[in-house]
Amino acid sequence: METPADLRYSKEHEWVKLEGDVAIIGITDFAQKQLTDIVFVELPDKGRGVESGKQIGVIESVKSVSDIFCPVTGEIVEVNEALQDNPDTINKDPYGEGWIVKVKLADKTEVDGLMSTEDYDRFVSESK
Amino acid sequence: MGELRKTPLNDSHVRLGAKMVEFSGWSMPVYYSSVIDEHLGVRKKCGLFDVSHMGEFFVEGSGAFRLIQKVITNDLGSLSDGKAFYSSMCNERGGVVDDLFVYRFDANKFMLVVNAANVEKDFNWILNHKDFFEDATIIDKTDEMAKLDLQGPRSEEVLQGLTDLRLGDLRRFCFFEGRVNGIPMIVSRTGYTGEDGFELYFDSSKAVEMWYKLLSVGEEFGIRPVGLGARDTLRIEAGYSLYGHELSEQINPFEAGIGFAVKLDKDDFIGKEALSRAKEDLKRKIVAFEMTDRGIAREGYPVFVGGREIGYVSSGTMSPTFRKGVGMALIDVGEASLENEIHIKIREKLYKGKIVKRPIYAFNDKND
Repeated sequence: METPADLRYSKEHEWVKLEGDVAIIGITDFAQKQLTDIVFVELPDKGRGVESGKQIGVIESVKSVSDIFCPVTGEIVEVNEALQDNPDTINKDPYGEGWIVKVKLADKTEVDGLMSTEDYDRFVSESK
Repeated sequence: MGELRKTPLNDSHVRLGAKMVEFSGWSMPVYYSSVIDEHLGVRKKCGLFDVSHMGEFFVEGSGAFRLIQKVITNDLGSLSDGKAFYSSMCNERGGVVDDLFVYRFDANKFMLVVNAANVEKDFNWILNHKDFFEDATIIDKTDEMAKLDLQGPRSEEVLQGLTDLRLGDLRRFCFFEGRVNGIPMIVSRTGYTGEDGFELYFDSSKAVEMWYKLLSVGEEFGIRPVGLGARDTLRIEAGYSLYGHELSEQINPFEAGIGFAVKLDKDDFIGKEALSRAKEDLKRKIVAFEMTDRGIAREGYPVFVGGREIGYVSSGTMSPTFRKGVGMALIDVGEASLENEIHIKIREKLYKGKIVKRPIYAFNDKND
Protein backbone atom coordinates (compact mmCIF):
# COMPACT_ATOMS: atom_id res chain seq x y z
CA MET A 1 0.00 0.00 0.00
CA GLU A 2 1.23 3.43 -0.95
CA THR A 3 0.92 6.37 1.46
CA PRO A 4 2.67 9.52 0.23
CA ALA A 5 4.57 11.42 2.94
CA ASP A 6 3.51 14.97 2.06
CA LEU A 7 -0.23 14.37 2.56
CA ARG A 8 -2.61 14.33 5.51
CA TYR A 9 -5.27 11.69 6.05
CA SER A 10 -8.75 11.26 7.56
CA LYS A 11 -10.30 8.28 9.31
CA GLU A 12 -12.73 7.99 6.39
CA HIS A 13 -9.71 7.29 4.14
CA GLU A 14 -9.54 10.64 2.37
CA TRP A 15 -6.22 12.34 1.71
CA VAL A 16 -5.60 16.08 1.76
CA LYS A 17 -2.85 17.96 0.00
CA LEU A 18 -2.36 21.58 0.89
CA GLU A 19 -1.55 24.08 -1.89
CA GLY A 20 -1.63 27.59 -0.47
CA ASP A 21 -5.05 27.88 1.17
CA VAL A 22 -6.60 25.23 -1.06
CA ALA A 23 -6.92 21.59 0.00
CA ILE A 24 -6.92 18.99 -2.77
CA ILE A 25 -8.92 15.96 -1.64
CA GLY A 26 -9.10 12.39 -2.83
CA ILE A 27 -9.41 8.88 -1.44
CA THR A 28 -6.41 6.83 -0.38
CA ASP A 29 -4.81 3.90 -2.14
CA PHE A 30 -6.09 1.69 0.68
CA ALA A 31 -9.66 2.93 0.09
CA GLN A 32 -9.57 2.43 -3.68
CA LYS A 33 -8.20 -1.08 -3.21
CA GLN A 34 -11.01 -1.87 -0.77
CA LEU A 35 -13.59 -0.60 -3.25
CA THR A 36 -11.93 -2.01 -6.42
CA ASP A 37 -13.60 -1.34 -9.81
CA ILE A 38 -14.91 2.21 -9.26
CA VAL A 39 -17.67 2.68 -11.82
CA PHE A 40 -19.51 5.85 -10.78
CA VAL A 41 -18.71 9.04 -8.90
CA GLU A 42 -21.28 11.60 -7.83
CA LEU A 43 -19.59 14.97 -7.31
CA PRO A 44 -20.76 18.04 -5.40
CA ASP A 45 -21.49 21.39 -7.05
CA LYS A 46 -18.73 23.93 -7.36
CA GLY A 47 -19.12 26.96 -5.09
CA ARG A 48 -20.86 24.99 -2.36
CA GLY A 49 -19.82 25.46 1.25
CA VAL A 50 -18.72 22.30 3.02
CA GLU A 51 -18.12 21.31 6.61
CA SER A 52 -15.61 18.86 7.90
CA GLY A 53 -17.15 15.41 8.37
CA LYS A 54 -20.08 16.07 6.03
CA GLN A 55 -20.89 13.98 2.99
CA ILE A 56 -19.92 15.63 -0.32
CA GLY A 57 -20.37 12.86 -2.81
CA VAL A 58 -20.81 9.20 -3.58
CA ILE A 59 -18.45 6.66 -4.99
CA GLU A 60 -19.76 3.38 -6.42
CA SER A 61 -17.99 0.17 -7.25
CA VAL A 62 -19.78 -2.65 -9.07
CA LYS A 63 -20.98 -4.04 -5.76
CA SER A 64 -21.04 -1.10 -3.35
CA VAL A 65 -22.15 2.47 -2.76
CA SER A 66 -20.00 4.57 -0.40
CA ASP A 67 -20.18 8.17 0.77
CA ILE A 68 -17.30 10.56 0.28
CA PHE A 69 -16.80 12.74 3.34
CA CYS A 70 -15.12 16.13 3.35
CA PRO A 71 -12.24 16.13 5.82
CA VAL A 72 -12.06 19.96 5.98
CA THR A 73 -14.28 23.05 6.16
CA GLY A 74 -14.47 25.68 3.42
CA GLU A 75 -15.80 26.20 -0.09
CA ILE A 76 -15.58 23.85 -3.03
CA VAL A 77 -13.65 25.69 -5.72
CA GLU A 78 -13.10 22.88 -8.18
CA VAL A 79 -14.40 19.38 -8.85
CA ASN A 80 -12.72 16.75 -11.00
CA GLU A 81 -15.30 16.50 -13.79
CA ALA A 82 -13.09 14.06 -15.70
CA LEU A 83 -14.11 11.40 -13.17
CA GLN A 84 -17.63 11.37 -14.63
CA ASP A 85 -16.32 9.73 -17.80
CA ASN A 86 -13.48 7.79 -16.21
CA PRO A 87 -14.29 6.98 -12.60
CA ASP A 88 -11.66 4.24 -12.58
CA THR A 89 -8.98 6.96 -12.69
CA ILE A 90 -9.34 6.82 -8.90
CA ASN A 91 -8.23 3.17 -9.01
CA LYS A 92 -5.35 3.91 -11.34
CA ASP A 93 -3.98 7.08 -9.78
CA PRO A 94 -5.64 7.82 -6.42
CA TYR A 95 -3.14 10.51 -5.37
CA GLY A 96 -2.79 12.20 -8.78
CA GLU A 97 -5.32 12.32 -11.63
CA GLY A 98 -7.85 10.66 -9.34
CA TRP A 99 -8.27 13.70 -7.05
CA ILE A 100 -11.93 14.49 -6.33
CA VAL A 101 -12.44 18.08 -5.13
CA LYS A 102 -10.50 21.22 -4.22
CA VAL A 103 -11.67 23.13 -1.15
CA LYS A 104 -10.67 26.66 -0.24
CA LEU A 105 -10.06 26.37 3.46
CA ALA A 106 -11.75 28.55 6.05
CA ASP A 107 -8.84 27.82 8.37
CA LYS A 108 -5.56 26.45 7.06
CA THR A 109 -4.53 25.06 10.44
CA GLU A 110 -7.47 22.63 10.31
CA VAL A 111 -5.31 20.31 8.23
CA ASP A 112 -2.89 19.93 11.17
CA GLY A 113 -5.62 18.01 12.99
CA LEU A 114 -5.58 15.27 10.36
CA MET A 115 -3.38 12.19 10.51
CA SER A 116 0.21 12.09 9.35
CA THR A 117 1.43 9.32 7.03
CA GLU A 118 2.70 7.26 9.97
CA ASP A 119 -0.53 7.72 11.91
CA TYR A 120 -2.62 6.75 8.91
CA ASP A 121 -0.57 3.64 8.17
CA ARG A 122 -0.95 2.59 11.79
CA PHE A 123 -4.70 3.37 11.69
CA VAL A 124 -5.12 1.19 8.60
CA SER A 125 -3.14 -1.74 9.97
CA GLU A 126 -5.13 -1.61 13.21
CA SER A 127 -8.47 -1.48 11.42
CA LYS A 128 -7.68 -4.48 9.22
CA MET B 1 -24.96 -14.82 14.59
CA GLY B 2 -23.00 -18.07 14.79
CA GLU B 3 -19.89 -19.19 12.96
CA LEU B 4 -20.14 -18.91 9.18
CA ARG B 5 -20.21 -22.16 7.23
CA LYS B 6 -17.28 -22.86 4.95
CA THR B 7 -16.98 -24.75 1.70
CA PRO B 8 -14.01 -27.16 1.41
CA LEU B 9 -12.28 -24.45 -0.64
CA ASN B 10 -12.40 -21.70 1.94
CA ASP B 11 -8.64 -21.77 2.64
CA SER B 12 -7.90 -21.90 -1.08
CA HIS B 13 -9.94 -18.73 -1.67
CA VAL B 14 -8.15 -16.91 1.12
CA ARG B 15 -4.78 -18.07 -0.24
CA LEU B 16 -5.73 -16.74 -3.69
CA GLY B 17 -6.36 -13.34 -2.11
CA ALA B 18 -10.15 -13.40 -2.34
CA LYS B 19 -12.22 -10.89 -0.47
CA MET B 20 -14.54 -13.04 1.61
CA VAL B 21 -18.09 -12.03 2.51
CA GLU B 22 -21.06 -13.56 4.28
CA PHE B 23 -23.65 -15.04 1.90
CA SER B 24 -26.67 -16.91 3.30
CA GLY B 25 -24.69 -17.95 6.36
CA TRP B 26 -21.63 -19.03 4.34
CA SER B 27 -18.22 -17.44 4.03
CA MET B 28 -17.81 -16.99 0.26
CA PRO B 29 -15.44 -15.18 -2.12
CA VAL B 30 -17.03 -12.03 -3.61
CA TYR B 31 -14.02 -11.40 -5.87
CA TYR B 32 -10.37 -12.36 -6.19
CA SER B 33 -9.01 -9.36 -8.08
CA SER B 34 -11.84 -7.39 -9.66
CA VAL B 35 -15.50 -8.06 -10.39
CA ILE B 36 -15.17 -6.46 -13.83
CA ASP B 37 -12.09 -8.46 -14.85
CA GLU B 38 -13.66 -11.71 -13.63
CA HIS B 39 -16.92 -10.94 -15.42
CA LEU B 40 -15.19 -10.18 -18.73
CA GLY B 41 -12.94 -13.20 -18.26
CA VAL B 42 -16.01 -15.48 -18.22
CA ARG B 43 -17.53 -13.75 -21.27
CA LYS B 44 -14.35 -14.02 -23.32
CA LYS B 45 -12.53 -17.07 -21.98
CA CYS B 46 -13.35 -19.14 -18.94
CA GLY B 47 -14.01 -18.80 -15.22
CA LEU B 48 -14.18 -21.20 -12.29
CA PHE B 49 -16.70 -20.72 -9.48
CA ASP B 50 -16.91 -22.49 -6.15
CA VAL B 51 -20.61 -22.78 -5.46
CA SER B 52 -20.39 -25.69 -3.03
CA HIS B 53 -22.73 -23.80 -0.71
CA MET B 54 -25.65 -24.71 -2.98
CA GLY B 55 -27.90 -27.52 -1.84
CA GLU B 56 -28.16 -30.98 -3.40
CA PHE B 57 -30.94 -33.40 -2.48
CA PHE B 58 -31.15 -36.94 -3.81
CA VAL B 59 -34.68 -38.26 -4.09
CA GLU B 60 -34.91 -41.98 -4.72
CA GLY B 61 -37.42 -44.80 -4.74
CA SER B 62 -40.50 -45.88 -6.66
CA GLY B 63 -42.37 -42.89 -5.20
CA ALA B 64 -39.67 -40.31 -6.04
CA PHE B 65 -41.27 -39.25 -9.31
CA ARG B 66 -44.68 -38.72 -7.74
CA LEU B 67 -43.24 -36.74 -4.83
CA ILE B 68 -41.21 -34.38 -7.02
CA GLN B 69 -44.01 -33.98 -9.54
CA LYS B 70 -46.26 -32.91 -6.67
CA VAL B 71 -43.93 -30.17 -5.37
CA ILE B 72 -42.55 -28.67 -8.59
CA THR B 73 -44.35 -26.60 -11.22
CA ASN B 74 -42.54 -27.94 -14.28
CA ASP B 75 -43.61 -31.32 -15.72
CA LEU B 76 -41.30 -34.10 -14.58
CA GLY B 77 -42.95 -36.30 -17.20
CA SER B 78 -41.14 -34.31 -19.90
CA LEU B 79 -37.69 -35.03 -18.42
CA SER B 80 -35.77 -38.04 -19.69
CA ASP B 81 -32.78 -39.88 -18.23
CA GLY B 82 -29.56 -37.86 -18.34
CA LYS B 83 -31.34 -34.53 -18.59
CA ALA B 84 -31.96 -31.64 -16.23
CA PHE B 85 -34.47 -28.84 -16.21
CA TYR B 86 -35.28 -25.66 -14.37
CA SER B 87 -38.39 -25.41 -12.24
CA SER B 88 -39.99 -23.45 -9.47
CA MET B 89 -41.47 -24.95 -6.36
CA CYS B 90 -44.52 -23.05 -5.15
CA ASN B 91 -46.73 -22.86 -2.10
CA GLU B 92 -50.54 -23.14 -2.21
CA ARG B 93 -50.84 -19.40 -2.85
CA GLY B 94 -48.58 -19.64 -5.91
CA GLY B 95 -45.67 -17.89 -4.19
CA VAL B 96 -42.24 -19.30 -4.97
CA VAL B 97 -40.74 -21.44 -2.20
CA ASP B 98 -37.58 -21.81 -4.28
CA ASP B 99 -36.31 -22.22 -7.82
CA LEU B 100 -34.25 -25.28 -8.57
CA PHE B 101 -32.71 -27.63 -11.11
CA VAL B 102 -34.00 -31.20 -11.32
CA TYR B 103 -31.67 -33.92 -12.66
CA ARG B 104 -33.12 -37.26 -13.74
CA PHE B 105 -30.79 -40.26 -13.51
CA ASP B 106 -33.54 -42.82 -14.05
CA ALA B 107 -37.23 -43.25 -13.27
CA ASN B 108 -36.47 -43.76 -9.57
CA LYS B 109 -33.52 -41.44 -8.96
CA PHE B 110 -33.33 -37.66 -9.11
CA MET B 111 -31.13 -34.85 -7.86
CA LEU B 112 -32.55 -31.46 -6.89
CA VAL B 113 -30.19 -28.48 -6.78
CA VAL B 114 -31.49 -25.68 -4.60
CA ASN B 115 -30.42 -22.27 -3.34
CA ALA B 116 -28.05 -22.20 -0.36
CA ALA B 117 -30.36 -19.88 1.56
CA ASN B 118 -33.27 -22.31 1.22
CA VAL B 119 -31.75 -25.73 1.88
CA GLU B 120 -33.46 -26.32 5.20
CA LYS B 121 -36.77 -24.79 4.16
CA ASP B 122 -36.88 -26.80 0.93
CA PHE B 123 -35.90 -30.05 2.60
CA ASN B 124 -38.66 -29.71 5.16
CA TRP B 125 -41.13 -28.55 2.53
CA ILE B 126 -40.56 -31.62 0.37
CA LEU B 127 -40.49 -33.99 3.33
CA ASN B 128 -43.75 -32.55 4.66
CA HIS B 129 -45.42 -33.25 1.34
CA LYS B 130 -44.31 -36.85 1.26
CA ASP B 131 -47.11 -39.25 2.07
CA PHE B 132 -46.21 -41.54 4.92
CA PHE B 133 -46.60 -44.65 2.78
CA GLU B 134 -44.81 -43.21 -0.24
CA ASP B 135 -41.64 -45.10 -1.21
CA ALA B 136 -39.31 -42.12 -1.53
CA THR B 137 -36.19 -41.18 0.38
CA ILE B 138 -34.87 -37.67 0.34
CA ILE B 139 -31.26 -37.20 1.36
CA ASP B 140 -29.57 -33.83 1.79
CA LYS B 141 -26.04 -34.19 0.38
CA THR B 142 -25.14 -30.50 0.54
CA ASP B 143 -22.28 -31.10 2.98
CA GLU B 144 -20.83 -34.11 1.19
CA MET B 145 -20.87 -32.56 -2.28
CA ALA B 146 -18.67 -29.95 -3.86
CA LYS B 147 -20.04 -27.96 -6.78
CA LEU B 148 -17.72 -26.18 -9.19
CA ASP B 149 -19.03 -24.22 -12.16
CA LEU B 150 -16.77 -23.90 -15.17
CA GLN B 151 -18.21 -21.22 -17.43
CA GLY B 152 -17.21 -19.42 -20.58
CA PRO B 153 -16.49 -20.19 -24.25
CA ARG B 154 -13.21 -22.05 -23.51
CA SER B 155 -14.75 -24.33 -20.85
CA GLU B 156 -15.07 -27.41 -23.02
CA GLU B 157 -11.41 -27.27 -24.05
CA VAL B 158 -10.34 -26.95 -20.43
CA LEU B 159 -12.48 -29.82 -19.20
CA GLN B 160 -11.85 -32.15 -22.14
CA GLY B 161 -8.18 -32.32 -21.20
CA LEU B 162 -9.16 -34.06 -17.96
CA THR B 163 -11.71 -36.62 -19.11
CA ASP B 164 -12.54 -39.35 -21.63
CA LEU B 165 -16.20 -38.29 -21.58
CA ARG B 166 -17.09 -36.97 -25.02
CA LEU B 167 -18.03 -33.45 -24.04
CA GLY B 168 -18.75 -32.52 -27.63
CA ASP B 169 -21.73 -34.89 -27.42
CA LEU B 170 -23.05 -33.33 -24.24
CA ARG B 171 -25.83 -30.93 -25.15
CA ARG B 172 -27.16 -28.09 -23.07
CA PHE B 173 -29.29 -29.25 -20.10
CA CYS B 174 -27.88 -32.76 -20.37
CA PHE B 175 -25.47 -34.46 -18.01
CA PHE B 176 -22.98 -37.30 -17.87
CA GLU B 177 -21.78 -39.37 -14.96
CA GLY B 178 -18.13 -40.26 -15.27
CA ARG B 179 -14.61 -39.46 -14.23
CA VAL B 180 -12.86 -36.14 -14.58
CA ASN B 181 -9.26 -36.07 -13.42
CA GLY B 182 -9.97 -39.60 -12.13
CA ILE B 183 -12.68 -38.31 -9.79
CA PRO B 184 -16.24 -39.64 -10.17
CA MET B 185 -18.61 -36.78 -10.86
CA ILE B 186 -21.77 -35.48 -12.44
CA VAL B 187 -20.94 -33.18 -15.36
CA SER B 188 -23.86 -31.13 -16.62
CA ARG B 189 -23.90 -28.64 -19.44
CA THR B 190 -25.70 -25.93 -17.53
CA GLY B 191 -24.90 -22.64 -15.90
CA TYR B 192 -25.94 -19.27 -14.61
CA THR B 193 -23.83 -16.88 -16.68
CA GLY B 194 -25.24 -16.71 -20.20
CA GLU B 195 -22.20 -18.60 -21.49
CA ASP B 196 -21.58 -22.19 -22.48
CA GLY B 197 -20.16 -24.18 -19.60
CA PHE B 198 -20.43 -26.97 -17.10
CA GLU B 199 -21.50 -27.60 -13.55
CA LEU B 200 -19.53 -30.29 -11.72
CA TYR B 201 -20.87 -32.19 -8.71
CA PHE B 202 -18.57 -34.52 -6.80
CA ASP B 203 -17.33 -35.61 -3.40
CA SER B 204 -16.27 -32.62 -1.33
CA SER B 205 -13.08 -34.38 -0.16
CA LYS B 206 -11.80 -33.92 -3.75
CA ALA B 207 -12.69 -30.23 -4.00
CA VAL B 208 -9.24 -28.77 -3.40
CA GLU B 209 -7.53 -31.20 -5.78
CA MET B 210 -10.09 -30.56 -8.52
CA TRP B 211 -10.01 -26.78 -8.04
CA TYR B 212 -6.25 -26.48 -8.50
CA LYS B 213 -6.21 -29.02 -11.31
CA LEU B 214 -8.75 -27.00 -13.30
CA LEU B 215 -6.88 -23.75 -12.63
CA SER B 216 -3.61 -25.28 -13.83
CA VAL B 217 -4.87 -27.06 -16.96
CA GLY B 218 -7.04 -24.04 -17.72
CA GLU B 219 -4.17 -21.59 -17.58
CA GLU B 220 -3.43 -21.76 -21.30
CA PHE B 221 -7.11 -21.05 -22.00
CA GLY B 222 -7.18 -18.00 -19.75
CA ILE B 223 -9.08 -19.52 -16.83
CA ARG B 224 -9.49 -17.50 -13.63
CA PRO B 225 -11.30 -18.01 -10.34
CA VAL B 226 -14.51 -15.98 -10.18
CA GLY B 227 -16.35 -14.78 -7.10
CA LEU B 228 -20.01 -14.22 -6.30
CA GLY B 229 -19.73 -10.57 -7.38
CA ALA B 230 -19.26 -11.45 -11.04
CA ARG B 231 -21.67 -14.39 -10.69
CA ASP B 232 -24.32 -11.78 -9.88
CA THR B 233 -23.43 -9.32 -12.67
CA LEU B 234 -23.25 -12.18 -15.20
CA ARG B 235 -26.65 -13.57 -14.25
CA ILE B 236 -28.24 -10.11 -14.27
CA GLU B 237 -27.03 -9.51 -17.84
CA ALA B 238 -28.21 -13.02 -18.77
CA GLY B 239 -31.66 -12.28 -17.30
CA TYR B 240 -31.65 -15.11 -14.75
CA SER B 241 -33.72 -14.72 -11.60
CA LEU B 242 -32.14 -14.87 -8.17
CA TYR B 243 -34.23 -16.06 -5.26
CA GLY B 244 -34.91 -13.23 -2.82
CA HIS B 245 -34.76 -10.73 -5.70
CA GLU B 246 -36.86 -11.69 -8.74
CA LEU B 247 -38.42 -14.63 -6.92
CA SER B 248 -39.90 -14.97 -3.45
CA GLU B 249 -42.96 -16.28 -1.66
CA GLN B 250 -44.55 -12.90 -2.48
CA ILE B 251 -43.82 -13.15 -6.21
CA ASN B 252 -45.39 -15.80 -8.44
CA PRO B 253 -43.57 -17.43 -11.38
CA PHE B 254 -45.61 -15.59 -14.01
CA GLU B 255 -44.72 -12.25 -12.47
CA ALA B 256 -41.11 -13.39 -12.33
CA GLY B 257 -41.13 -14.27 -16.04
CA ILE B 258 -40.48 -17.97 -15.47
CA GLY B 259 -43.93 -19.10 -16.61
CA PHE B 260 -42.14 -21.48 -19.01
CA ALA B 261 -41.37 -23.59 -15.93
CA VAL B 262 -45.04 -23.84 -14.90
CA LYS B 263 -47.04 -26.54 -16.66
CA LEU B 264 -50.68 -25.97 -15.75
CA ASP B 265 -51.80 -28.91 -17.89
CA LYS B 266 -50.03 -31.50 -15.74
CA ASP B 267 -51.80 -33.36 -12.93
CA ASP B 268 -52.40 -31.76 -9.59
CA PHE B 269 -49.42 -30.07 -7.95
CA ILE B 270 -48.98 -27.64 -5.09
CA GLY B 271 -50.10 -24.17 -6.07
CA LYS B 272 -51.80 -25.22 -9.31
CA GLU B 273 -55.12 -23.51 -8.58
CA ALA B 274 -53.58 -20.27 -7.42
CA LEU B 275 -51.19 -20.29 -10.38
CA SER B 276 -54.03 -20.82 -12.88
CA ARG B 277 -55.66 -17.69 -11.50
CA ALA B 278 -52.37 -15.77 -11.32
CA LYS B 279 -51.69 -16.43 -15.01
CA GLU B 280 -55.02 -14.89 -16.02
CA ASP B 281 -54.69 -11.97 -13.69
CA LEU B 282 -51.14 -10.71 -14.08
CA LYS B 283 -50.72 -7.34 -12.39
CA ARG B 284 -46.95 -6.91 -12.23
CA LYS B 285 -43.99 -8.32 -14.04
CA ILE B 286 -40.21 -8.49 -13.86
CA VAL B 287 -38.65 -6.58 -16.74
CA ALA B 288 -35.08 -5.84 -17.74
CA PHE B 289 -34.00 -2.22 -17.97
CA GLU B 290 -30.98 -0.16 -18.82
CA MET B 291 -30.11 3.34 -17.72
CA THR B 292 -29.96 6.03 -20.37
CA ASP B 293 -28.80 8.61 -17.84
CA ARG B 294 -25.50 8.02 -16.14
CA GLY B 295 -26.27 6.28 -12.87
CA ILE B 296 -26.54 2.86 -11.29
CA ALA B 297 -29.94 1.68 -10.11
CA ARG B 298 -29.67 -0.69 -7.16
CA GLU B 299 -32.01 -3.16 -5.52
CA GLY B 300 -35.00 -1.53 -3.85
CA TYR B 301 -34.85 1.79 -5.71
CA PRO B 302 -38.35 2.93 -6.78
CA VAL B 303 -39.32 3.06 -10.47
CA PHE B 304 -41.57 5.77 -11.94
CA VAL B 305 -43.42 6.45 -15.17
CA GLY B 306 -44.75 9.97 -15.63
CA GLY B 307 -44.37 10.76 -11.94
CA ARG B 308 -46.28 7.65 -10.81
CA GLU B 309 -44.48 4.97 -8.84
CA ILE B 310 -44.90 1.70 -10.73
CA GLY B 311 -42.56 -0.67 -8.95
CA TYR B 312 -39.03 -1.23 -7.72
CA VAL B 313 -35.65 -2.49 -8.81
CA SER B 314 -35.20 -6.17 -7.92
CA SER B 315 -31.54 -6.38 -9.02
CA GLY B 316 -29.30 -3.63 -10.35
CA THR B 317 -25.67 -3.16 -11.19
CA MET B 318 -23.24 -1.58 -13.56
CA SER B 319 -22.97 -3.92 -16.53
CA PRO B 320 -19.32 -4.77 -17.17
CA THR B 321 -20.19 -5.91 -20.72
CA PHE B 322 -22.21 -2.87 -21.75
CA ARG B 323 -20.62 -0.36 -19.37
CA LYS B 324 -23.88 1.15 -18.17
CA GLY B 325 -26.40 0.71 -15.41
CA VAL B 326 -28.67 -2.29 -16.00
CA GLY B 327 -30.97 -4.47 -13.97
CA MET B 328 -34.38 -5.98 -13.46
CA ALA B 329 -37.45 -4.42 -11.89
CA LEU B 330 -40.86 -5.60 -10.72
CA ILE B 331 -43.35 -3.14 -12.23
CA ASP B 332 -47.02 -2.73 -13.20
CA VAL B 333 -47.70 -4.95 -16.17
CA GLY B 334 -49.35 -2.04 -18.03
CA GLU B 335 -46.01 -0.25 -18.15
CA ALA B 336 -43.95 -3.29 -19.06
CA SER B 337 -43.64 -2.71 -22.80
CA LEU B 338 -40.26 -2.64 -24.51
CA GLU B 339 -38.59 0.75 -24.93
CA ASN B 340 -40.97 2.31 -22.40
CA GLU B 341 -39.19 5.20 -20.69
CA ILE B 342 -38.89 4.87 -16.93
CA HIS B 343 -37.30 6.92 -14.17
CA ILE B 344 -35.48 5.43 -11.25
CA LYS B 345 -34.97 7.33 -8.04
CA ILE B 346 -31.33 7.19 -7.01
CA ARG B 347 -30.54 9.13 -3.82
CA GLU B 348 -33.61 11.39 -4.16
CA LYS B 349 -32.91 12.23 -7.82
CA LEU B 350 -34.69 10.75 -10.84
CA TYR B 351 -32.54 9.13 -13.51
CA LYS B 352 -33.81 8.13 -16.93
CA GLY B 353 -33.82 4.55 -18.18
CA LYS B 354 -35.81 2.30 -20.49
CA ILE B 355 -37.26 -1.17 -20.55
CA VAL B 356 -35.26 -3.52 -22.74
CA LYS B 357 -35.42 -7.12 -23.88
CA ARG B 358 -34.73 -9.72 -21.21
CA PRO B 359 -32.08 -11.06 -21.29
CA ILE B 360 -29.93 -8.02 -21.90
CA TYR B 361 -27.15 -10.42 -22.91
CA ALA B 362 -28.33 -13.19 -25.26
CA PHE B 363 -27.06 -16.69 -24.46
CA ASN B 364 -23.69 -17.10 -26.13
CA ASP B 365 -23.98 -20.55 -27.65
CA LYS B 366 -20.64 -21.34 -29.23
CA ASN B 367 -22.17 -24.46 -30.79
CA ASP B 368 -24.64 -22.43 -32.83
